[in-house]
Amino acid sequence: MNDQFLLNISGVNKRFGGLQALTDVGIQIRPGQIVGLIGPNGAGKTTFFNVITGLYQPDSGSFELDGKPYSPSAPHAVAKAGIARTFQNIRLFGEMTALENVMVGRHVRTRQGVFGAVFRHKAAREEEAAIRTRAQELLDFVGIGQFGNRTAKFLSYGDQRRLEIARALATDPQLLALDEPAAGMNATEKLALRELLVKIKNGGKTVLLIEHDVKLMMGLCDRITVLEYGKRIAEGVPAEIQKDPAVIAAYLGGAH
Amino acid sequence: METFVQQILNGLVLGSMYALVALGYTMVYGVLNLINFAHGDVLMIGAMVGLSILQLLDHYFPGLPGFVQLALAILGAIPVAMLVNVLIERVAYRRLRNAPRLAPLITAIGISILLQTFVMAMPWWGRSPLPFPQLLSSEPIMLGGAMISQTQVLLLILAALAMVGLVLLVERTKMGRAMRAVAENPRVAGLMGVDSNSVIVATFAIGAALAAVAGVMWGANYASITFTMGVLPGLKAFCAAVLGGIGNIYGAMIGGLLLGIIEALGAGYIGDLTGGFLGSHYQDIFAFVVLILVLTLRPSGIMGERVADRA
Amino acid sequence: MSLLSFDLTHQPRRARLSMAALLVLMLVFPFVAAQFGNSWVRIIDIALLYIMLALGLNIVVGFAGLLDLGYIAFFAVGAYLTGLFSSPQFAALLESVVNYHPAIGAALVTVFGPDIQANGIHLSVWAIVPLAGLVAALFGALLGAPTLKLRGDYLAIVTLGFGEIIRIFMNNLNDPINFTNGPQGINMIDPIRIFGVSLAGEAGSQSTVYIGGFGMPSVNAYYFLFLFLCIATIFVTSRLQHSRLGRAWVAIREDEIAAKAMGINTRNVKLLAFSMGASFGGVAGAMFAAFQGFVSPESFSLTESIAVLAMVVLGGIGHIPGVVLGGVLLAALPEVLRHVVEPAQMAMFGKVVIEAEVLRQLLYGLALVGIMLVRPAGVWPSPNREDRPTAALALDDEKEAAAV
Repeated sequence: MNDQFLLNISGVNKRFGGLQALTDVGIQIRPGQIVGLIGPNGAGKTTFFNVITGLYQPDSGSFELDGKPYSPSAPHAVAKAGIARTFQNIRLFGEMTALENVMVGRHVRTRQGVFGAVFRHKAAREEEAAIRTRAQELLDFVGIGQFGNRTAKFLSYGDQRRLEIARALATDPQLLALDEPAAGMNATEKLALRELLVKIKNGGKTVLLIEHDVKLMMGLCDRITVLEYGKRIAEGVPAEIQKDPAVIAAYLGGAH
Repeated sequence: METFVQQILNGLVLGSMYALVALGYTMVYGVLNLINFAHGDVLMIGAMVGLSILQLLDHYFPGLPGFVQLALAILGAIPVAMLVNVLIERVAYRRLRNAPRLAPLITAIGISILLQTFVMAMPWWGRSPLPFPQLLSSEPIMLGGAMISQTQVLLLILAALAMVGLVLLVERTKMGRAMRAVAENPRVAGLMGVDSNSVIVATFAIGAALAAVAGVMWGANYASITFTMGVLPGLKAFCAAVLGGIGNIYGAMIGGLLLGIIEALGAGYIGDLTGGFLGSHYQDIFAFVVLILVLTLRPSGIMGERVADRA
Repeated sequence: MSLLSFDLTHQPRRARLSMAALLVLMLVFPFVAAQFGNSWVRIIDIALLYIMLALGLNIVVGFAGLLDLGYIAFFAVGAYLTGLFSSPQFAALLESVVNYHPAIGAALVTVFGPDIQANGIHLSVWAIVPLAGLVAALFGALLGAPTLKLRGDYLAIVTLGFGEIIRIFMNNLNDPINFTNGPQGINMIDPIRIFGVSLAGEAGSQSTVYIGGFGMPSVNAYYFLFLFLCIATIFVTSRLQHSRLGRAWVAIREDEIAAKAMGINTRNVKLLAFSMGASFGGVAGAMFAAFQGFVSPESFSLTESIAVLAMVVLGGIGHIPGVVLGGVLLAALPEVLRHVVEPAQMAMFGKVVIEAEVLRQLLYGLALVGIMLVRPAGVWPSPNREDRPTAALALDDEKEAAAV
């Protein structure tokens, strides 16, 4: 039982019809780290993400979170086990307010059902109040506390990204998995995002993120894994990755 | 209890009508990802117009041979049905092209109701069932121990001709190519110079024509029509389209014929199969059971679905 | 609509005043309307039941975004259950079992006893209502289960199919064992009896109900009962909406994949939506059967399912006050028109040019088409809050996963 790694995944294979999207891919993340997943377009990063978080079923692979095996068979089970994610194309609940979006994140850690909803007995009321309080705390934490009552689809792009992170944090995850959180952001927004991610890390959370902004990644991540054509071609600290010839070739199109 | 051959024959007759209507559903779904819920009512409009034409012919040109009267009824019903379907597309569905998918479906339901209301309200049609004249000889033709009427033979022939014609249209003509292109990827087809709007209009028109033929022959076969006659056959035809593979015209043909046979055999044998507990009145259930089974076990249907990439 | 508000969270005082005013109006209404004959109150009685149906369907379509086109099946389940257990029908059922399989029939007769063999089962309203709700909820889960992975329009057609299947069974389950009495339906269903008082009035009282020394027409007595049930339904569905479960429903409606990723067990939550929605339908069905005294399959066809959907869509999908308004408009208005328009046409033209039935269908058709084209959020949508589902089920799952 390897309790050094928070997330220990290996041997993942995934085929879509004629396309082998992932070949023997794995990743090992220690608690409290920020780990980056980079690679050229089409390398399989999001596919890998989707496999880890239960959106796609892998053909093979072993999955361990906090030393315990978990089954990536259903997204909600993965969230319950402790991995929360955001999406490349921002998937908020558009018609709900920002606060309500984050409150939904608390769903997996709370219990009240039909009875509590209808009768609102003491335990139900207390749980609901706790959900609301925690949701507001998280909104404050990511920096959009004043937008709690705004309908999510009317938030600015950067604020929507923050909201998605707040919502993922609401599930009390052990691992926060972010799919291109900086996409579409300008330099100022990226700086703010970087600060937020450092803040999250300092709070003790472990983060896995996919990003294209190499500079951002190099400055932020403790370790980086590089994928190309569905295979892992490099893994290490940023300094090593920057010098790795395979990585350079992948990005600049060296001889294959 | 009818013989096995008889039931197969009945099934083919019923299935031919389902196939004609299923083609309309499948073509529209193929290009628009839309269930034209009102399509069954286009069948009904075809039947009603056909009936009116027959009544007019009987009044002004009595004594025409039955075959000719039927032909004229069909030829007259087709343009009206096409007009109705094209109008529906233009007035209702076109505006909802980019709306969330439930909006066109709900609108289609409303249109179905309006079509029925229209027929209900017209004094020469109205609410009660209307008798459809028997124009061809009712002497049955014997076919290996089973009976088939001249009307039914005509129906099979017309359905076969229509399907062959459609295949030729889709595979061999420029419009057919355009339809296939739009069915696969409307945006790219547009970039290649295909006017997807006119293709969509053509799709609706062709579907309506087939439904009109089915409608008139339905009336001729069952000798009675009414303003609600299109609803259930329409839904079953949609089930047939899904069975064959939605968006796939060969699938619609196979699915239609197959569903007709399943219904006929099912109605014939269900009594035996359930020890007398369920009788042939349960016939209407089969289409929905088939739909649920297909969607659960093999959602792409027998021949595979072909749905537009509207991303 | 700004004078009237029911938004307790954002305009509490105005909401409370609006509700109080409306309540007074509703309580006074039957006594006023009774001056003009019983038929007006009877119309509202039925309308109240349809409003309950619309509120139940609103859970499925409005909150969770699942387009159920077979909802009337649950109405039928509740009504037929009442028909079977609150009328002589069970006696007929036993008789049919005796005819079909004498040994089993005799055994059953011994179990149930000669009284039931002669008169059938007559459960009281206190047993029938929970039974109807529970059985309907069970059916809701059963019928919802196969639809869980289907995309929007397929789900609609499959639920429609289920609705039709139920109707066909109700129409044919009379042979060999007589459960439903087939196309003729079940009659002589007991009226509702509360605390010893029958809401149909005692025999010989000309349908007058006496509470204390105070007498009122039977339709008025039912009116207050249905009004109470309607208010209870509004209360319960409103509480459900503003709860952890309600948020989960809306999350599924807005983005099912994101909802799953946030730990929501969408399968169970969807089944809950179907069940809860169905249970209201079942209770309404039980009331319907007792009120009318008979049930027949023609009250439970696709047309009725669509009518209830039209009420939800017209009023304001997801917005409870809007749904109530939609129910009032589409349930009461056609009946009112029938009483007004036909005599008016007779007076003006000497004959009825447009029948009321045609008008009713026209209203429903125009409501559905008009609303979708012009104002998809409904006549009275929620004031820019999470209630409004403008993006219900836009993409199907495969495309969603690919876009992820």
